[in-house]
Amino acid sequence: MPACPDQELLLGGLIDNELDAANVAMVEAHVSRCQDCREELERLQAVRNLLKAEGIRHVAPESLARRIAAAPEFPPKAANENKLPSWLAPGLAGAIAASLAMVTLLPPAENSIVDEQIVSSHVRSLQPGHLTDVQTTNQHIVKPWFNGRIDFSPPVPELADQGFPLAGGRLDSIDGKTVAAIVYHRRLHTVNLFVWTAKDSAERSFVKDGFAVTEWSRNGLRFAAVSDIPPAELRQFETLFVKRSS
Amino acid sequence: MKTIASSFFGARRTAVGQADRFHQLILPHLDGAYNLARYLTRDAVLAEDVVQDAMVRAFRAFAQFRGSSPRAWLFAIVRNCCHTTNSQKAGAVSLVIHESSLSEEASSQVRQHPDPGPTPEDEMLRMAEIGQVREAIEAIPEPFREAIVLRELEDLSYAEIAEVTGVPIGTVMSRLARARTMLAKQLLPAGRMGDGQSRSAK
Repeated sequence: MPACPDQELLLGGLIDNELDAANVAMVEAHVSRCQDCREELERLQAVRNLLKAEGIRHVAPESLARRIAAAPEFPPKAANENKLPSWLAPGLAGAIAASLAMVTLLPPAENSIVDEQIVSSHVRSLQPGHLTDVQTTNQHIVKPWFNGRIDFSPPVPELADQGFPLAGGRLDSIDGKTVAAIVYHRRLHTVNLFVWTAKDSAERSFVKDGFAVTEWSRNGLRFAAVSDIPPAELRQFETLFVKRSS
Repeated sequence: MKTIASSFFGARRTAVGQADRFHQLILPHLDGAYNLARYLTRDAVLAEDVVQDAMVRAFRAFAQFRGSSPRAWLFAIVRNCCHTTNSQKAGAVSLVIHESSLSEEASSQVRQHPDPGPTPEDEMLRMAEIGQVREAIEAIPEPFREAIVLRELEDLSYAEIAEVTGVPIGTVMSRLARARTMLAKQLLPAGRMGDGQSRSAK
C-alpha cells in the first residue's frame, strides 16, 4: 500500500533533514505506528542510495576546465596581472603611481577590458539563439521590454528606412554591469548596440579583431555599437541613431 | 594627482580581488555546474557549451553577486543557459538521447577511477547499473529532474533549490516527492513498490 497522502511530503522532509524538531517527532511517531509509511520510508531511502552511488553524478571533463580557463572573456588573476606592464611590479608601483605617466596610462588600461568585452559579447550574440531575448521589429515593444529589467531607458529609434531595421533586444553584461543590447540589422550583418549608464566621455572609434566599434555618450548613457560592417557605415549608423533619438 | 593614482590602484586591487574571490567561491562548483547542465540538456557536448557560457556570464556578473550561496547563484545561471540552449534546439533538431554516449561516459568514469577490486564482470554490471540509474533520471520531466538532481546529487537544501529554480519551498517538496515516486517505480523491484498506485503530488 502507498504511504498516507498527508505524510508523503513530511517523509521526504525527514530523510532530507529539513524538518524542525516538532515535525520530526510527529512523523517518527506516525511511522512507528504505520506499516505503509515505514515501507515508503524504506523505498525513499533505497532510491536515495541508488542516486548517491558513485558514478551517477557527472564529473566535468578536464578539457572543460581548460577550455574555461582559456576563454578570451575570462581573465582570471593571471590575465589581469599580465595586463600591467612588467615595470609596474608591485615594489615599484607605489613610487611610480605618483607620477603623471601613470595617470596618462589609466584610460587605455580601463578601456581595453571593456573593448574586449564589447567585441566578445558581440561575437557570442551571433551564436544561434543568443542574439535577442525580445525579438521584434517594433520599437514600441523593445523599449518597454527593458523597463524593470534595467534602471535606465535606452532610446530605441526606428531606422529601417535608412537600411538599419530593428531586430530586437536583450540584456547583456559588460565589465560587471548589466547593459541593454539593442540589435539592428544591416543587409545580412548584425549591429549590436550596447547601452549603459556612465559619465559622458569622448566619442571614439576603433577596429578590434576585425570588428568595427564606435562609442559615444549622450544624456548620461554610453553607447557602443559593434559590427562587422565597414567602420564608415557604423559611424553612419551612429549619426542616424543620435539624430533619431534626440 | 595622487588620489587619482591611488584610486587606480584601488580599482586594480579590487579587480584582482574579484578574480580571486571568483576562483574561491565559484570555480570549485564546476563539477556541480556540469552535472546539472548534463542532466538538464541530456547531452555531453551541449552541457560543456552551457557551462562555459554560464561561467563567462557568472564572471561578468560576479561584481553584483550579493547572495549567501554562491553555488545556488551559479546553478541558477547554468539553468538559465540550459533553457536558452534547449529552446533554440527545440526549433532546430529534435533531441535524441543516445545510449551510446551513456556507456561511453560510464566507461570513462571507470577509467578515471580505476578500482582494482572487482572483476571485469562486476565492473560491467556496475556500469550497466550506472547507465540504468542515469537513464531513469533523464527520463523524468524537467521540473522533477532538476529538483532531484539538485537535492540528491548536489546536496542543495530546500531553500537553495527554491532559489535556483525560482519556486516556493512547498513546490520544491512536492516536486521531490513526485520525482522519488517516479524513480522508485523505475528502479526498485516491483515487490518493493507496494501496489504501485501513483500518489498524488502537485
